[in-house]
Amino acid sequence: MSNKETMVDIPTVNKIARLSRLNIPEDSKQNLTNDLNNILGFVAQLDEVNTSDVKPLASVTGHKLPLRSDKVTDGNIEDLVLKNAPESSSGFFVVPKVIE
Amino acid sequence: MSDLLKFDLLSASIALKNKEFSSLELTNAYFEAIEQTSALGAYLEIVKDHSLNMAKASDKNFKNGTLRPLEGLPIGVKDMFCTKDIKTTASSKILENFCPTYESTVTQNLWDDGAVMLGKLSCDEFAMGSSNETAAKGNVVNPWLKNSKMSPGGSSGGSASAVAARSALAATGTDTGGSIRQPAAFCGITGLKPTYGRCSRWGIVAFSSSLDQAGPLTRTVSDAALMLNSMAGHDKKDSTSANLEMPDLMNYLDKGIRGKKIGIPKEYTQDGISDDIVTFYEKSINWLKESGAEILPVSLPHTKYALPVYYIIAPAEASSNLARYDGVRYGKRNEAASLDEMYEVTRGNGFGEEVKRRIMIGTYVLSSGYYDAYYLKAQKVRRLIKEDFDNVFKEVDYILTPSTPTTSFELGKKQDPLTMYLNDIFTVPASLAGLPGISLPVGLDKSGLPIGIQLIANSFDEPGLISTARVLERSAEFNFIADGAAK
Repeated sequence: MSNKETMVDIPTVNKIARLSRLNIPEDSKQNLTNDLNNILGFVAQLDEVNTSDVKPLASVTGHKLPLRSDKVTDGNIEDLVLKNAPESSSGFFVVPKVIE
Repeated sequence: MSDLLKFDLLSASIALKNKEFSSLELTNAYFEAIEQTSALGAYLEIVKDHSLNMAKASDKNFKNGTLRPLEGLPIGVKDMFCTKDIKTTASSKILENFCPTYESTVTQNLWDDGAVMLGKLSCDEFAMGSSNETAAKGNVVNPWLKNSKMSPGGSSGGSASAVAARSALAATGTDTGGSIRQPAAFCGITGLKPTYGRCSRWGIVAFSSSLDQAGPLTRTVSDAALMLNSMAGHDKKDSTSANLEMPDLMNYLDKGIRGKKIGIPKEYTQDGISDDIVTFYEKSINWLKESGAEILPVSLPHTKYALPVYYIIAPAEASSNLARYDGVRYGKRNEAASLDEMYEVTRGNGFGEEVKRRIMIGTYVLSSGYYDAYYLKAQKVRRLIKEDFDNVFKEVDYILTPSTPTTSFELGKKQDPLTMYLNDIFTVPASLAGLPGISLPVGLDKSGLPIGIQLIANSFDEPGLISTARVLERSAEFNFIADGAAK
């Protein structure tokens, strides 16, 4: 991961910003690129560690995810669900037009 | 300072029971203190009418004799906890008007046990930071050092500052990589991060779900025990919540540590750690020895990789968790012609610089072509870090380390992100392994700033952690009070 070609440039920042749905102003892109390269350079020291026989650890709890019966436990709270929406109408969230 | 503010959580509880004063009097004293210390910027929101009603209800219970464990004790809440009908912003502009319609499990547990809510406390935005400087509403000031503006640490900076300044009797915090322990160390108070799974995460604004854990920030170890007793517990609404009864921690305050083994990891004494902290670390080792513990050198060989692992895993999980702020269901929206543009301007304007940086890092390490090299690699090294601890806990009962490499630093001195990340170098390893840790104040450095020492225990050994921390607390006799509360 420490190869230079994997490091970030402005086109990569544009791509990641797009994937993240983040509008990044042009004049801050160079600083952000530098920051990301510093951080990625720092984490690249993990390359030193031999992990060929190591399983990834996603959860430290060690317990199995509990199952529950497939029953509705609440409901009829449409007003509460919509209460913090920037815009709603007739029980729906409203977004800008997506179909021409 | 009102005499009522001199009581800590436990002694105030006893005094309330003895009817030395009422909860209403105590709560009012705290509202006066909040006003007098408002320059510290610890509180984002106070809810005085609500608080006074809670205090009055508690006073009724004192009359009736139907007492709950935290009856009438006024506490502050970090703004990461959703509180019903009370604004919850996670210190972010994107949530500046968010008013939850539900209450987090942890805060509900506290109210059910009789605690009185004072208000919401500032933190780093979405708990991402180590200085409280990423908060949308501005810096919180550390009450130590009257003539300077020092950082309270972060991300639970408002909580730590308020408890140290005596504008809250105690406060809740959340800890992902050190966000309870580091600010507790900077502000000269006690901060406990429980075992992952001890406290329900339900209703806490999610940052990094495999690491986030709630815990108390208090004036004493006994107070931490009393408060965690109420905060912890199994919750069906959080699938990672441990279905395990926690013993009453108040029974473990005076168990002592005779015959216990304390590990001193060689990897935690490094370049860049301040001399005064080294001095107090050595003193702490001696105190535990004099109290009957056996001191053993141990090794956690993957320690140096903890920060790089953390700065892959935490941003990765954050980038996923923060995808929910889309300007549709809740939060602030910036209008734009198309849906995609609306997402981009809403998120671009709503999130601060550090949050955006972490979302970008997280998205990058999860993106096609880089997932294995970064994210999967980090998860593998995380296992090695956890195995280091598993091995050491076969030999010793507790691990003693400094809480931070330095004491607090001045606010506003622009640091690059990486230098800031190094603040959490001693707290992140236990977070990655899901282990409980406590930071408690043991002394002051030459400039008069508090020094914190951290104890780490094996999973679910909060009782032993409390016993050991109490021994250290008694030896250290840290009785200093922040001098700059009303600056």
